[in-house]
Amino acid sequence: MDPLKRVEKDLKKCVKCGACRANCPAFSAYQREPAVARGKVALAQHLLAKDIELDDQTYLTMSKCLLCGSCVEKCPNEVPTDEIVIAAREALAEQRGLATFHKAVGRVIRNRKLMNMGAAMAAVLGPLFFRRVPANSGLRLRFPLPFVGGKRHIPELARKPFMSRHPEIIQGEPGKPRIIYFVGCMTNFVYTEVGEAALALFRHLGCTVIIPKDQQCCGLPGMSGGDLATVKALAERNLAVLEKYEADYIMTACATCGGALHKLYPAVVGKKHPELLKRLQAVAEKTIDAAVLLQKLGFNPEATGAGEAIRITYHDPCHLRNRAITRQPRELLQAAPGVQLVEMEGADKCCGLGGTFNVYHYDTSLRINAGKSEAIRCTGADAVVTGCPGCMMQLSDGLKQGGARTRVLHTLEILARKLRQ
Amino acid sequence: MLEPRIIEKLKQIIGADNTATERQDLLCYGYDATQMEFLPDVVVHPANADEVSQVLKLANAEKIPVFPRGAGSGFSGGALPKGGGIVLVTTRMNRIIRIDTDNLVAEVEPGVVTEQFQEAVEKLGLFYPPDPASLKFSTLGGNVAECAGGPRAVKYGVTKDFVMGLELVLPTGEIIRTGGETVKGVVGYDLTKLVCGSEGTLGVITRIIFKLLPYPDAKKTMLAVFDSIDGAATAVSTIIKGKIIPTTLEFMDHATIQCVDRRFNLGLPAEGRALLIIEVDGDRDLIEKQAGQIHDLIKPLGLVQFRVARDAAESEQLWKVRRLVSPSLRDVNPTKYNEDIVVPRSKVPDVIRRIEKIQQRYDIPIVNFGHAGDGNIHVNVMIDKEIPGMEEKAHEAIKEIFQAALDLGGTMSGEHGVGLSKAPYIPLELSPVQIATMKAIKGALDPNNILNPGKMFPE
Repeated sequence: MDPLKRVEKDLKKCVKCGACRANCPAFSAYQREPAVARGKVALAQHLLAKDIELDDQTYLTMSKCLLCGSCVEKCPNEVPTDEIVIAAREALAEQRGLATFHKAVGRVIRNRKLMNMGAAMAAVLGPLFFRRVPANSGLRLRFPLPFVGGKRHIPELARKPFMSRHPEIIQGEPGKPRIIYFVGCMTNFVYTEVGEAALALFRHLGCTVIIPKDQQCCGLPGMSGGDLATVKALAERNLAVLEKYEADYIMTACATCGGALHKLYPAVVGKKHPELLKRLQAVAEKTIDAAVLLQKLGFNPEATGAGEAIRITYHDPCHLRNRAITRQPRELLQAAPGVQLVEMEGADKCCGLGGTFNVYHYDTSLRINAGKSEAIRCTGADAVVTGCPGCMMQLSDGLKQGGARTRVLHTLEILARKLRQ
Repeated sequence: MLEPRIIEKLKQIIGADNTATERQDLLCYGYDATQMEFLPDVVVHPANADEVSQVLKLANAEKIPVFPRGAGSGFSGGALPKGGGIVLVTTRMNRIIRIDTDNLVAEVEPGVVTEQFQEAVEKLGLFYPPDPASLKFSTLGGNVAECAGGPRAVKYGVTKDFVMGLELVLPTGEIIRTGGETVKGVVGYDLTKLVCGSEGTLGVITRIIFKLLPYPDAKKTMLAVFDSIDGAATAVSTIIKGKIIPTTLEFMDHATIQCVDRRFNLGLPAEGRALLIIEVDGDRDLIEKQAGQIHDLIKPLGLVQFRVARDAAESEQLWKVRRLVSPSLRDVNPTKYNEDIVVPRSKVPDVIRRIEKIQQRYDIPIVNFGHAGDGNIHVNVMIDKEIPGMEEKAHEAIKEIFQAALDLGGTMSGEHGVGLSKAPYIPLELSPVQIATMKAIKGALDPNNILNPGKMFPE
C-alpha cells in the first residue's frame, strides 16, 4: 500500500495557513516555500493524487526536512508533518529504491555485531591516522572526514563500547525502582561518559539498572531516510528485548532514542498494525527521559555536593522540546551547585543535525549550526549542555568550525560531576 | 503558459536561481490560507526595488499578470495567482534598514516577518503595536497591503495607523516614494493611506517607514466570564465609558468556550455564556488601579468569574484560553470559513443574536470570537464538505451574516480584506459610484490591469 495512504487523513487537516513558517530550520535556511511543512504537505497531497511524479526534484524537496517537529508544535490544526514527510520518503524509497547511503545505513543499524566490530576497529585504528586535540579542550573532536563534507569534525570512538563495560543487571536497593536503560548508539560507541553519568546517578538513587545486551539501534537514522522496513524490524526487536524485563521505567538519556520509543514507533510503525501498536504504546508509556525521571524520583542536585564553578547554557534538543521536556533539565541544572545557567537566544531552535539531513545537506546544516554557535558564543558560557548525544556531536562540529573552545556536555554529566569523582 | 523568451528575460533580471518554473515550485506558490489553489506560470524572488521595477515593466509591456506575495498567509486569497502569470515573492527583501530612536521611526523592507520587527524595536525599548494573529510568520509588506489588525487595535489602531511612508513600484514600473518621516505633512493626496489595504492592486511595496512608540512600562491581563452575551458586550462599552481604553478586549461566545473547554478542560465556570480577555498597559501603578476599576465597573453585569494574572506566566495562562480556540474548532467540523465582520462595539450583542438565528435557520454550526473592543468578530462557519449541500448552504449563510453586519452599521471585513473570497459580495457594501471611483484609480495606475488582477472587484 502507498505509505502516503497512511497519512491521508492528516494531509486533509492542513489549511495552508503558514504557521509552520515560523520556526522551521529548513525554511530559515532555504527561504523557499517547498522547504517548509506547508509546501511539503501540498506536494504530498499531489503525490497521493498522482498528479506529480516521484522524480528527483520531489526527492530533493522531501529531503529538506530535519524532522525537528517545530511545525507540528506550531500548527493550529495539529498536522503531523513529521509523519507525513516520513511517509513521503518511504513512498519515494519504495518506488525508487533506497539511496546507496541509506542502504548502507540500514545495513549497519540493523546489525549490532557489525557496529561493534566497526567501532572496535575504528577505535584502535583511529589514533594511528588522526591527530588528537588536547583532552582538556572538551571538544572531543578529532578528525575531519573527507567523504562527508571535507571539513566536518566528528568525535573519536570509544576504546570500549559502554555496554561491554557493564553487566546486564546492576542490582540496586530493595524497594527502589527497576529501570531499563535504553542506551542508544551514540552513547554506546562515542559518548560513553554520558552512559557512565546515567549509571552513577541512578545507582546513587538506589535503583536497579538493567542494560539489556540485545538492545539495538532505535532506528531513527533509517526513519530519516524513509527506510521503514529497517525501522519496523528494529522496533520489533527492541520491543521483544524491552518486554523481557520487569521494570518500572524505560530510561533514555538520548533525546532521539526517547523520541523514537515514545512517539515515532507508535505513530509511524504501529499505525497499520493494531497488535504491534498496543505493545509499542505500552513501551511508550514506560519510556521516560533521564532528566524527567531524576526529578520524578526526587533527585536533589545539591545533595551531590559542590562542583567546580561553571557557566553553562542549555540547548533544547528537538526530540525533547517536542515532547514538552524543556523545564525539567533546566531546573536540575540550575539547582546543581556551582552551576550558573545563562539562556542563549533561540535555545529551542534546531542545531541542524536532523538525522541524515546533515549528510545530504551538510552546507545547509552547517549554516543552521552557525547561528546556534553564535548564540552559544554570545552567552560567554564555558560549556553548552544538552540532553541529546546527536546534538552534542553537531554542536561540537559547529563550535569547532568557528574556532570556539566552548565545551559540549550532557545534562547528566553536569549532574554526576561529584558522584563520579 | 508564458513564452520561453519571457522566462528567459525574467531569469536575466532576477537570476536563474531566483526564478522557478518547475511544477513543484509552482504548486507551492499557488495557495494561501483560503484553501483555494491556482497555478502560476513562474515564481520570481526579486532582491530590490530595481528588480521589481524591471519585472513590472516587462509584464506591463507584455500584458502578463503579476501577483505580489509575502508569506501567503492571507485569509481572502489576496496573493493567489488566479488565471496564472508571475508570482512575485517579496521575502528576499527582508532587511530592517534602520531604527531611528531619535525620531521613533523605522525603515524596513517588505519581507521582514512582523514578530522579528517587533522584537528588534523592543530591544531598543520601542513598540510596534500591530499584532495580527499571524505575526510570527506574516510579513510586514503583506500586513500593509492588507492593512492587518489584531487584538491591540482597540487602543493603538491597525497597520495603516503606523505607516508613515512607502517606497512603491507602480504597475507600469516607475518607483515612487509616498509620505515621509514627519508626523505632519499635507502636500498632495495621501497616497500612503491609499496603498494601505489596497491588497497589492496599486503597486508593489518595496520599503516601509513605520512610526514607533515607547514600549509600555507594564501590562496586566484579566479574564472575565459572564452569564450572558449581553453582559460581556455591555462590559466592553462600560469599560470604555469609564474612560479606560484597554490594549485588548478579546471576546469568546458560548460555542467557542464549549469548544475549548471540551478539549482542554480549562476549568471555566459552567454558567459562563461569554468571556472577555482584558489587557491594559502603561504605567505600573496606573494599570493596578485600572484593573480594580475594571472589576468594579463590570461586576454588576453578570460577572461569574474574574481572574487577574499576577505575572507573565499567569498572563500566558489566560491568553492560552484564546489561543486554544483554533485547534479546538476542528472538533466541530473539518472546514471553517473564517469571516471577520465589524460592527460598532455597542452592536456586538445584536449581531451575535442575528448570527444565532442564521445558524438555526441554516442548521450549520457557527462559532464567534474576536476583538470585541473594536467590534471585530471572527465568525467561523464550520462545515463538512463531505455532507452534500452543506457548502452551498454555508455561502448563503455567509451572505446573510455580511448583510447583518451592514444593517447594523458595520463592514464585511476588518482584517482579512476582500481578495478573491469577498469580491462577489462587495456590491453589498459599496455603491456603484464608490466602486467606479476605486476602479478609476486602479485604471489610472494600472492601465493594462496587470497587477493582482481579479482581486477586490467583482468580475
